[in-house]
Amino acid sequence: MTAAIMSEPPAAPRRRARPGRTLVLNVTAVIAGLAVWTGLSVSGIQGLTGPIEVVGRAAELVADGTLPTDILASLRRVFTGFVLGTALAVPVGFLMGWYATARALIEPYVQFFRTIPPLAIIPLAILLMGIGETPKVFVIFLAAFLSSVVSTFQGVLDVDRTLINAARVLGASDRTIFLKVVVPASTPFIIVGMRIGLGAAWGTLVAAELIAAQEGLGYRMQQAQLYYDLPTIFVGLISIGVLGLAMDRLLLLAERRLTGWQERR
Amino acid sequence: MNAKISFQGVSKSFPLKSGDFLALDRVDLDIADREFVTVVGPSGCGKSTLMSMAAGLEEPGTGQILLDGAPVSGPGPDRGVIFQQYALFPWLSVRKNVEFGLRLQPISAEERRRRAQHAIDLVGLTDFADALPKTLSGGMKQRCAIARAYAVGPQVLLMDEPFGALDALTRVQLQDQLLDTWSRERRTVMFITHDVDEAVYLANRVVVMAARPGRVHRVIEVDLPYPRTEEVRLSPEFARIRNEVWHSVYHQAPAA
Repeated sequence: MTAAIMSEPPAAPRRRARPGRTLVLNVTAVIAGLAVWTGLSVSGIQGLTGPIEVVGRAAELVADGTLPTDILASLRRVFTGFVLGTALAVPVGFLMGWYATARALIEPYVQFFRTIPPLAIIPLAILLMGIGETPKVFVIFLAAFLSSVVSTFQGVLDVDRTLINAARVLGASDRTIFLKVVVPASTPFIIVGMRIGLGAAWGTLVAAELIAAQEGLGYRMQQAQLYYDLPTIFVGLISIGVLGLAMDRLLLLAERRLTGWQERR
Repeated sequence: MNAKISFQGVSKSFPLKSGDFLALDRVDLDIADREFVTVVGPSGCGKSTLMSMAAGLEEPGTGQILLDGAPVSGPGPDRGVIFQQYALFPWLSVRKNVEFGLRLQPISAEERRRRAQHAIDLVGLTDFADALPKTLSGGMKQRCAIARAYAVGPQVLLMDEPFGALDALTRVQLQDQLLDTWSRERRTVMFITHDVDEAVYLANRVVVMAARPGRVHRVIEVDLPYPRTEEVRLSPEFARIRNEVWHSVYHQAPAA
């Protein structure tokens, strides 16, 4: 490794991190974190479980099928809420960006509901929708929708006027301008909105599973709390983190593929 | 004169807090078919507004703009526009950018490809046809924009300070290339610039505008032969016309 680093040209070494070196540092940081965790659990804090115990519990939970069932249940809720939320956010965002009338009609609601944490909707959702899957998915849907609609609509507003004019002088109709200029030009914003929406959806999950769930990572952690079962709580937390990170990376990959044409400044 | 584009008593004002700002005051200007006219003037003289109106992107306040005797209403592919900021679609390759306008016309895919290729060859971007705009230099981007405008076969090219963002060397190269393209496939050109050298080098006629309110100050004939070469650029005759234009741009009597 040292040899590889030394063989690099010495000029401008600080500006751009080498991918190999970054990876080594990332892994080092994770290992160091685990070491600190182990140290804390061994030496001090009362009742804190160490990584090994957590891995053991994870293996048990996988073996008896609890963890896969919980993950599946949670993912299904997040995905349903997220897909519905962004599927509605994109057209609504376009509508708001493209038609001033639509914006004036919709924006007060979007801005108002954005200030209410989705979790605060839960009591209302339970009363109106009962305790089935609907209120859980609804809360996640709301979180995803509200956080991605603003980004989409801002993206449409920010489309370079000269690009629209360039299309107009080539003879493009409003419809063509919308489909061939506004949509591609705002794609980067939409994807950023989707990433924020996914984060919001994931962030609402555990609380949504407070509503009389029978399975799911959030529900499992609630149960574990009742029985003072720290390892299970850690397994739940780590699963949520890993899954969230994986989904975010997937969207990031999609972003690179779809918006690689952007000039990075 | 049989005018291709004719500005007839064109005025335009913009509302400001302190009242209306008169951007253009009764501009009369005829541009002949296949003529190369440059418009030069201080900032705020309304030269870009004049071009925008010819493009159909803005409407005149009063007066009218005629294209082949018919009033201009809205933009159309009979007038190609080249913007200072290139305005290429960054998600499309050079070829797809050039094809953008052609796709809006009722022509076959084969005809479209042929005309796009022709335009790309015309501006010398043959080897970069499949490159994305972000990989091109400023000069190449503007050549792509010129190809995109040429491809749809407009009779008029409206150019709004197209070389304004380029370095001096690239600018000279693009001027030569534009003249080369224009002499091979002649169109009526209205070229806005704030660069006196550029205005004289390219044009049959230089229109000098004045500001506050924006109006035509003088029209100066450029009696130099095409093709314009370095020799022309360095000739005493060029220097004389350049001085004349310079003086009428920078030493304008204030408006009465």
